[in-house]
Amino acid sequence: MNTRYSFGGEEHIFVEVDEEMSLEAFFKSLSITNAVRENRIKGVTEICPANASYQIKFNPDEIGPDDLLAELKNLESAADEAKAVLETRIIEVPVFYNDPWTHETLMRFRERHQDPDSTDLEYAARINDFASVDAFIEAHSGVPWFVTMVGFVAGLPFMFQMVDRPRQIEVPKYLRPRTDTPKLTVGYGGCFACIYSVRGAGGYQMFGITPMPIFDPKQEISYLRDFMVFFKPGDIVKFKPIDRATYDHDVAEVEAGRFEPLVRDFTFSLDEFHADIDCYNAKIAEVLYGN
Amino acid sequence: MAIKVLSPGLATSVQDLGRPGYYHLGIPISGAMDRYALRAANMLVENDESAAVLEVVFMGPELAFTQDAMVAVTGAELPPKLDDDPRETWTSFAVRAGQVLSFDYLRSGARAYIAVSGGIDVPVVLGSRSTYTLGALGGLEGRTLQAGDELPVGETGGGGVEGRGVPANLRRMPGAPVELRVMPGLYWHRITEASGRRFFEDTWEVALEADRIGYRFRGGHPLEFVEREQPFGAGSDPSNIVDSCYPYGSIQVPGGTEPIILHRDAVSGGGYFMVGTVISADMDLIGQLQPHTPTRFVSVDMATALAARHDRLAQMNKVRAALD
Repeated sequence: MNTRYSFGGEEHIFVEVDEEMSLEAFFKSLSITNAVRENRIKGVTEICPANASYQIKFNPDEIGPDDLLAELKNLESAADEAKAVLETRIIEVPVFYNDPWTHETLMRFRERHQDPDSTDLEYAARINDFASVDAFIEAHSGVPWFVTMVGFVAGLPFMFQMVDRPRQIEVPKYLRPRTDTPKLTVGYGGCFACIYSVRGAGGYQMFGITPMPIFDPKQEISYLRDFMVFFKPGDIVKFKPIDRATYDHDVAEVEAGRFEPLVRDFTFSLDEFHADIDCYNAKIAEVLYGN
Repeated sequence: MAIKVLSPGLATSVQDLGRPGYYHLGIPISGAMDRYALRAANMLVENDESAAVLEVVFMGPELAFTQDAMVAVTGAELPPKLDDDPRETWTSFAVRAGQVLSFDYLRSGARAYIAVSGGIDVPVVLGSRSTYTLGALGGLEGRTLQAGDELPVGETGGGGVEGRGVPANLRRMPGAPVELRVMPGLYWHRITEASGRRFFEDTWEVALEADRIGYRFRGGHPLEFVEREQPFGAGSDPSNIVDSCYPYGSIQVPGGTEPIILHRDAVSGGGYFMVGTVISADMDLIGQLQPHTPTRFVSVDMATALAARHDRLAQMNKVRAALD
């Protein structure tokens, strides 16, 4: 990893931990940003971890840009020695793949797509060498994902597939972004899955929709009453394919205030994960579904 | 209830100095695009400088007051009228219960700020009254104003006296031609030296896609990228990076063609490379640019950025002193 520092005007320091995406780069970013938060550095106003980078916003009237830069470089050295272990949670996210709403939307924007003659799922399955859409959905929902960034718009999680690189799904974004994406669309761009927290523009391929709201500015949804944003970096997500009947049922449960996401506490170790990925992912499933 | 919205204008929203601290969750700072004008407007009616005001874009609203108030309009030259009687911008004036505030056509600038003594008293959400429409958060029900809305106004300390004005030389607006100072950086190394030179030599023009999220520019040369094999996870276009955070004021150039400067309602991150960042002293000016305005980017270093920041603070202090 080759860490690169750059000032973003006189109020930001932007740090690219690595040019390419990896869980190692993400863990380093998370570890340094956690250290910045714990050290309560004077003048720091925003601490933003991202996939393989991070960004600090600061008030240069309170701390000199070069002084803050020196502090961050010190924290980087400490992060290199830290053990990549994270107290986190595993969350099940139900997904209605190939749903009518994202289907209607992707048909409306077909001329902005690489392959106007197939759906986003058919296209993604084909270019990633899956025999069928079902096999693709099985791969997409069969392994857990790491939330490596929250942002773009309020509460939107970027998720990184927890498999070795040859097995990772990769798809390009739309040739030109859509002006519309249904709320709670499960999307994909580059090597990242995402869930669109609000309706709006978007360039990611659309695979399905979840009935589970993840952002509620009114804080009326039962599990978003304490805080309006559901995800945070470091969360582990497992998608669960559901059919139309289950989707409708879950939506009704959300509206009735009875829906509670399936969530389990978990201690993640990057070393143990790399030692045997499939075995570790089985353990994650066991923690999520075991009694 | 103290102000009734008879007609809303184009995209009038409640804004204050913003909502820092939630950018890591994709919730941007929001707040007035021209903070200098917001602070000045509040000073004129003896509000706290951070009180919530109305940010008006291009076209003014029509507002009926149901209680007496002191009012000031700053920022863009959008001449106010009280019951059709002209009032001056950057100057406090008294409004009586039953009077209607409306506006003449926009003369210059893009955003005007209407401060009302007591401040616009919508609920505080995550520490701010600012409207973030993309997240339906803050302001009045998380959206821009509509006809029929009723705006609550806070308790006032009196609002001061009528006719207090910001001296003409302290009414900060963009010069002509517009120059925005930029610190090159972030992913500047992704473009060739010649391309980087042209970026600062070209005259760009504000595009129609210019709002609180970002200002788009067109008319300059497309950027030329340094060849590389795209890193894993970045995506196939040479302007793509592994999705990262975006600084406020950062200039991304999707596909290398049209620069976009992210502003107060910025998307917090994404997969486009950035060539640099507009210095904070010039962010207010962007909010006053109309579409088609010719604009040049000027390369500056950290020392210049810090000096400009102090100049702007000093100018703000002069306004404070003039109104004290």
